[in-house]
Amino acid sequence: MKPTDTSNPDYFHKVVDCQWACPAHTNIPEYIRLIAQGRYADAYLLNRESNVFPGILGRVCDRPCEPACRRGRVDEKPVAICRLKRVAADNRGDISKRLPQIPKQKNGKRIACVGAGCASLTVANDLMPLGYEFVIFEKQHEPGGLMRTNIPAFRLPAQVLTEEIDMIVDMGVDLRLNQPISSMRTLLQQGFDAIFVGSGAPRGKNLDIPGRYDDTAHVHIGIDWLESVAFGHINSIGKRVLIIGAGNTAMDCCRSSLRLGAHDVKVMARKPLSMTKASDWELEEAVEESVEMVECHSPKEFVIKNGRIAGMLFEVMEYQDDHGKLKSRVVAEKFYPADDIVLAIGQENAFPWIESDIGIELDKWHVPVVDKTTMQSTRPGIFFGGDSAFGPKNIIWAVEHGHQAAISIHKYCHGEDLTDRLAYAMNLTSTKMGIHEWSYSNSFDPSVRRLVPHVSLKERFKKINIEVELGFSAEQAQVEVERCLNCDIQTVFFAPLCIECDACIDICPTACLTITANGDEDELRGRLKAPAENRQQPLFVSAALKQTGRVMVKDEDQCVHCGLCAERCPTAAWDMQRSVLKIPYAGDQNPQPAPQRRTA
Amino acid sequence: MSFMQKPKVSHSQRLHNELGLSLRDYEGSMSTLCAGCGHDSITAAIIQAFWELNIEPHKVAKMSGIGCSSKTPAYFLSQAHGINAVHGRMPSIATGANAADRNLYYIGVSGDGDSLSIGLGQFIHALRRNLNMLYIIENNGVYGLTKGQFSASADVGSKAKKGEVNLQPPIDPAIAALTLGGSFVARSFSGDKAQLVPLIKAGIMHNGFAMLDVLSPCVTFNDHEDSTKSYAHTRQFYHPAVHADFIPSKQPIRAAYDNGDAMPVELHDGSTVVLRKVSKDYNPTDRAQAYSYLHAHQKRGEIVTGLLYIDEAQREMHELSNTVGQALRDLPYSELCPGSAALEELQSQYC
Ligand SMILES: Cc1cc2nc3c(=O)[nH]c(=O)nc-3n(C[C@H](O)[C@H](O)[C@H](O)COP(=O)(O)OP(=O)(O)OC[C@H]3O[C@@H](n4cnc5c(N)ncnc54)[C@H](O)[C@@H]3O)c2cc1C
Ligand SMILES: Cc1ncc(C[n+]2csc(CCOP(=O)(O)OP(=O)(O)O)c2C)c(N)n1
Ligand code: SF4
Ligand code: SF4
Ligand code: SF4
Ligand code: SF4
Ligand SMILES: [Mg+2]
Repeated sequence: MKPTDTSNPDYFHKVVDCQWACPAHTNIPEYIRLIAQGRYADAYLLNRESNVFPGILGRVCDRPCEPACRRGRVDEKPVAICRLKRVAADNRGDISKRLPQIPKQKNGKRIACVGAGCASLTVANDLMPLGYEFVIFEKQHEPGGLMRTNIPAFRLPAQVLTEEIDMIVDMGVDLRLNQPISSMRTLLQQGFDAIFVGSGAPRGKNLDIPGRYDDTAHVHIGIDWLESVAFGHINSIGKRVLIIGAGNTAMDCCRSSLRLGAHDVKVMARKPLSMTKASDWELEEAVEESVEMVECHSPKEFVIKNGRIAGMLFEVMEYQDDHGKLKSRVVAEKFYPADDIVLAIGQENAFPWIESDIGIELDKWHVPVVDKTTMQSTRPGIFFGGDSAFGPKNIIWAVEHGHQAAISIHKYCHGEDLTDRLAYAMNLTSTKMGIHEWSYSNSFDPSVRRLVPHVSLKERFKKINIEVELGFSAEQAQVEVERCLNCDIQTVFFAPLCIECDACIDICPTACLTITANGDEDELRGRLKAPAENRQQPLFVSAALKQTGRVMVKDEDQCVHCGLCAERCPTAAWDMQRSVLKIPYAGDQNPQPAPQRRTA
Repeated sequence: MSFMQKPKVSHSQRLHNELGLSLRDYEGSMSTLCAGCGHDSITAAIIQAFWELNIEPHKVAKMSGIGCSSKTPAYFLSQAHGINAVHGRMPSIATGANAADRNLYYIGVSGDGDSLSIGLGQFIHALRRNLNMLYIIENNGVYGLTKGQFSASADVGSKAKKGEVNLQPPIDPAIAALTLGGSFVARSFSGDKAQLVPLIKAGIMHNGFAMLDVLSPCVTFNDHEDSTKSYAHTRQFYHPAVHADFIPSKQPIRAAYDNGDAMPVELHDGSTVVLRKVSKDYNPTDRAQAYSYLHAHQKRGEIVTGLLYIDEAQREMHELSNTVGQALRDLPYSELCPGSAALEELQSQYC
């Protein structure tokens, strides 16, 4: 293999598995260290820089970081990254003075946003400090999008939502509630310098099978139903409820039903539960609340008796893996009684208000054609982000789209090339404090993942908006932070210094290091000290070593960043260096990396 | 030294030997030696060897004297028995221990100072009585623990860190062992585990005194440019003469060894060492030839390594003295101490 080019910021970024997996690249290990030091406000603000809504996301983020977390590979359970974010948010105190300053002198550019969901709010958050004027048109009477209308209050209290939205609106955004945009053409005529469409994917999928329209009062579209619940238009449901679909929306629907009077709630999955899109933790919580999960049941017919829903008929399916393709066959039919049925089988984009002749191209699924980097549609000056851009995703993706759209809008308004974007940069600084002292907590803490306390099953159903999760106690948080392996403290190797004494190899607790003859990757992976079987994780390969011409190879997979290799190296050929990813945001100049002490 | 303990975390796919133990179960406490010391690498090789041999740690006795090298038994097999003896006196203690219980595996770790200066007499007598043990000399040319004075293995012309030159000729433990009738003579290098681990395994399983001289640079006092015991110098003049592969008794010997260059030697317990010669004319069962080969290469400044000589037929101490097979501990008291009448009878034989 060629010597690894660690000057490419991606190399060390990828080692920070959580940050790499986070769509907004939140600097997780750094905020965890800040929490460890009790610096909650700093931890909150660091979060806010990249993910904008730490209090919200600390409760309901989809957490792509956690399945990626290194700790999960070494020690079964990942760090409770998301819950720690909430710790920062809950304990931050008053940070209002530390929020971005908004210039009194505006830059003369006016931006319109359609929809006041997290995507639009992020764009405003990034551009208001640069002197832009913002008008956000929202069809609802409250801002927040699906975070307000669909994520139930027992997961996300309204007050948390309001606080973080207000931080942005209070920057001076002109938020126009109850003002649906019904024509893009008309909006275009209002002379905005750029338009951002953050209107989400508002249409819940229907299930057009026999009986669907015979008792519409008791068949509900999941996201519309949740919205009615959120706004108090619906406050009861029948005793027996079937939820069709087993994704995250289904989880919110079943748990909401329990709080509106249902006793017998079943989630009906068409496929095996192992294939559901619902997050593990959402499934667990529904099961904890005695929701029954029924798998391999495909809806066949709404069964009506005397003009009223009596239940649903299902085909019981069997699935077989046929060379990577899932083959199904019907093995039986089964009827399940129900008083109400909620359809939670997905969402779609819908833009009835975008005229077809104004240069915004939509594909055959009514999803706009949007550039993945610039977020610009086929009509210059009109940008999309969040669920409206590429279909339903999640909050943190919507935020990241918002950041990228903000960069583009800033460039667009200044006549710059949208594709000429700043690259990520990486700064490295040594953490060495003394011979055996590092400026981070390098010892491995064997504690198991802390469990977040929940409101008791007896209490939580009493009202619809009792938040179930209580958040970590201070003591729990102090243990959980130590579980983080500080993956951003990188092992940096300086080949010319190595005398091939093997000290690092012998000490490494997880057998990451090998000095060996070079070879091609497949072959090399097979003859390292421990087999490097996880191909998702890169190998670091050094330049040829001075004494024997062999190479130092590091399998990044299981490094616990304990620093022992550096501590036991007599020549400081290994050093533990803190990497900081410089993420470009709207208005950033070319960031000047701080002088690097030493890199490989 | 590091203040931190090696964390209790292992590679998620950690392997287990036949006893169900992982490599980490064969570790000891955290080393307090200087970072980069060759001795630590030898410790790692010892851990590897015992793990691969599936030896239960409590069946092992670790013996040592005084020196950085002699500290290392604390860093492996924390569940084994052990004695850290007086400087240079480990061979006597080992002899006593072995006399009392011949059924343990004995490993002695010594230094060039411990064995070739103060303990030279002890060392060669243990070798002469063919005490059944692996005797490792972690050879760095200096007294590391007392801050780098030349030891008896320092080469003529080698410079100390501050510049003084060694003028006295070195004692080469391998040549000494060959001339004094050693039954197993080997040399290796801390930086070459591929060679070292099989040699340790063969030495443990050898029936008799296995003398293993391991070059083990002292990074702090003897790893500079004009030293002949540095990492760089050792690598430059490294001369492997025979490779040894250790093959446990249950495993078949690969057919590839059947050509003339490979020489299988069966050990006492049924395992085999296959010697693969680097130079065709070298014969590791011919003491005189081994001696002259070593001597010739030593003159050129080369460091000859490998399993240099082996004679599995030589009788070890217990066989020579016709002692009982059990550990004394397991003998009934009446046999262990037959009483004053028996003593008198014994003494009467010498009147
Ligand atoms: C039941 C459910 C639960 C979810 N749970 C989670 C979760 O736990 N974690 C997570 O990360 N994600 C979750 N999601 C997904 C997440 O809510 C969305 O991905 C995210 O809200 C998308 O943000 P957005 O800003 O793109 O759009 P939205 O949040 O949909 O906001 C769009 C806004 O635009 C307004 N709007 C639409 N059309 C117009 C118009 N023509 N004129 C004016 N205003 C308009 C809408 O009223 C809305 O306020 C969930 C989704 C659902 C349905
Ligand atoms: C009887 C006695 N004499 C002298 C000493 C001082 N002393 C301690 S270690 C040592 C030499 C150790 O050298 P070596 O065996 O080569 O070990 P190294 O530290 O080099 O590994 C000496 C002379 C001692 N401890 N006891
Ligand atoms: S251990 Fe910490 S830094 Fe590493 S991936 Fe997990 S949360 Fe991120
Ligand atoms: S920091 Fe070094 S010693 Fe620790 S696990 Fe990583 S490679 Fe191994
Ligand atoms: S400890 Fe340092 S000098 Fe020794 S092998 Fe490792 S990197 Fe090289
Ligand atoms: S002084 Fe020399 S022999 Fe002793 S621990 Fe340090 S490097 Fe090793
Ligand atoms: Mg010495």
